[in-house]
Amino acid sequence: MASSASSPVRLLYDVRVRAVLYQVVAVAFVVGVGLYLFGNVSRKLAEQNIATGFAYLSRPAGFVISQSFISYDSSDTYARALLVGIFNTIWVSIFAVTLSTLLGLLVGIARLSRNPLLAFLALIYVEALRNVPLLLYLFLWYALIVAVFPPVREAWQPLPEVFLSNGGLIVPSLRWSPAHTGVLVAVILGIVLGFFTASMLRRRRVASGQSETAWPLILVALLGPPLLAILLLQPDLVVNWPEKGRFRITGGVQVTPEFTALLVGLGLSASAGIAEVVRAGILSVGRGQWEAARAVGLRDRLTMRLVVLPQALRVIVPPLTSSYLSTFKNSSLAIAIGYPDLVMVSNTTMNQTGQAIEGIAIFMLVYLSMSITISLFMNWYNARVALVER
Amino acid sequence: MASVAEMETLNLAREDLPPPRGRALTARVKPFLGTPMNAVITLACLWLMYRLLTAAWGWLVTRAVLEGGPQACKAGSGACWPFLAAKLRFMIFGFYPYDEHWRPALAVALFLGAMIVSMIPRFWSRRLLWLWLAVPVICGALMYGGVFGLPVVSTTNWGGLPLSFMLSSVGLAFGFPLGVVLALARSSKLPAIQVIAIIFIEVVRGVPLVSILFMASVMLPLFMPDGITVDKLLRAQTAIIIFAGAYIAETVRGGLQAVPKGQHEAAAALGLGYWLSMRKIILPQALKIVIPPLVNIFIGFFQDTTLVTIIGLLDFLDTVRASLRDPNWQGIAVMEGYVFAALVYALFSYGMGSYSRFLERRLKTDHDRSPAH
Repeated sequence: MASSASSPVRLLYDVRVRAVLYQVVAVAFVVGVGLYLFGNVSRKLAEQNIATGFAYLSRPAGFVISQSFISYDSSDTYARALLVGIFNTIWVSIFAVTLSTLLGLLVGIARLSRNPLLAFLALIYVEALRNVPLLLYLFLWYALIVAVFPPVREAWQPLPEVFLSNGGLIVPSLRWSPAHTGVLVAVILGIVLGFFTASMLRRRRVASGQSETAWPLILVALLGPPLLAILLLQPDLVVNWPEKGRFRITGGVQVTPEFTALLVGLGLSASAGIAEVVRAGILSVGRGQWEAARAVGLRDRLTMRLVVLPQALRVIVPPLTSSYLSTFKNSSLAIAIGYPDLVMVSNTTMNQTGQAIEGIAIFMLVYLSMSITISLFMNWYNARVALVER
Repeated sequence: MASVAEMETLNLAREDLPPPRGRALTARVKPFLGTPMNAVITLACLWLMYRLLTAAWGWLVTRAVLEGGPQACKAGSGACWPFLAAKLRFMIFGFYPYDEHWRPALAVALFLGAMIVSMIPRFWSRRLLWLWLAVPVICGALMYGGVFGLPVVSTTNWGGLPLSFMLSSVGLAFGFPLGVVLALARSSKLPAIQVIAIIFIEVVRGVPLVSILFMASVMLPLFMPDGITVDKLLRAQTAIIIFAGAYIAETVRGGLQAVPKGQHEAAAALGLGYWLSMRKIILPQALKIVIPPLVNIFIGFFQDTTLVTIIGLLDFLDTVRASLRDPNWQGIAVMEGYVFAALVYALFSYGMGSYSRFLERRLKTDHDRSPAH
């Protein structure tokens, strides 16, 4: 009697039973809350007569986007508009990451300079950028660009056919055709081929121990594909000259002030963080490494490249990854100054169609998948530079 | 054979020797003018500093407009001080009723006072917990009113600096327990709980704060059962808490991983269960490690609260921008407004940053003997 009453109780004290129990409770809780919220949402949507689903994506968008890298006009679909937004986000992120890496590297090394004045100025740069919100800087750069440059009617012309005004920088462009795309692909192919040739030759050099001239082969690999593509595809060079009208300038390629402000804001803010990362990375390499390299007879530049940098990279790469990721995510602040990135296009779409849940789901999914892609790539790179232990 | 202690004193004695006398000046000048390249860098830096300082001095002082209205500022080319004087109260308090400004002012003073008190190591004790239970209640009562005969001020009128402080500190206060729970769940041995925590943390960290704010402002009203409305401030606050929780969780997890395995084993050997060993052995050590990074996270939140502008809340940055758009002052005092806002943010962030560095030195009790490079 007593034992049968206590056996379920005793079961409760079994660690394995408890583990299962805890997990069942946790999952049930999450699923329950999820179902409850989902029920509320679907009931409210039914009450407000909002149709759910992604059918709206194939309807014409009807709004203009000020900057796009694929052909787009207002009669295109919402899906196309969102694609334009995704490309704009990626485009500005790539430039901002490049800018922040270059600046961060320079400032990080300047922080370690033996010249106290230079180190001090670098410190001021870092502190000024890190202690003020990015959004404030975005507003400030945007206001400065609009205030400093003249209105479109009085646009400056630093070079003939180049216009600089508060409407942005406008330069002549090529009229794009499939042949140009082919040449572009060939250029990328050439770079990849050159890279592989170089690394293959280096491996052979290391294996054989004999120095042989490598550059003619690399040059052929680099320039071969583009030259071949130009000869085969024969792209025609029609230039799209900008023309100045009364209120706006048409034709050519335009770099908008929104893009510039966002690029400068993201790039500068991230560069301060990267400078600190670079500094910490170089400091993490012990002085003994420098001294040992000198004792072996390496000069300063070679010491940096062959001894210090490979070791510093191990410390630098993981925080650099998170800096890149946050630059990419921070590009969503574009909406505050009107650069048509994914969030802004989604926002316009949501306001027009009322499909808020779908809109938010789409841009969250896009950000999430791109974040995961970036971290996978950086993890792969990190595994390459990481210390290989026995 | 000399003992370790003796060798250390020997080393110290050698390092403390003063530099040779005759070369003191050369040693001091050398970093600036040692090589031709260095001399060029020094001159370039001096020139840059001179240009920056004269530009700032000219704008702030010599060319500044000290009196008059918008017209005087439009005519002048320097900083417009009358703009700051005219708009200061609005920038700080937003649309809070003018006659009641003393209430948010007192609330901010209380909050900052409590913060300063809890930053001083001498006051660190359990009583601080009571202080931090009382202060938010008093601040909330002051801001909202409805007690002690204070008229009610609805949250739609809250704005400016008090709002920025509130969003970030409440975000931290609620985000911290959420973060600890998530960190424990993620480092748990139970797979289902671990997976739930990983999904939550990675999804929130993988998307921008803007999207979480959007989601909270659009979806939260739909999630609630009928008859319950969530006001805009609470929606933004929820988003910030969720965001804070995910980031704090990763920091705390770092602290949990830094606690040596021997501590877990020793706790288990003593017969402590999971909760007891976490509460008494592991968490106290882990949390101590993560206090300095948590202060840095808090600085980040304080700056990130500016994003609530995007969903239409009037935080400090937005009240500054609203002042700039005032018809009387439009296009006249843009730089002034942004520079003022930047200084306020920088002052707070820099102060907290210095405190974080101080904490890092103070809490370092691992008796690390390795010499610094």
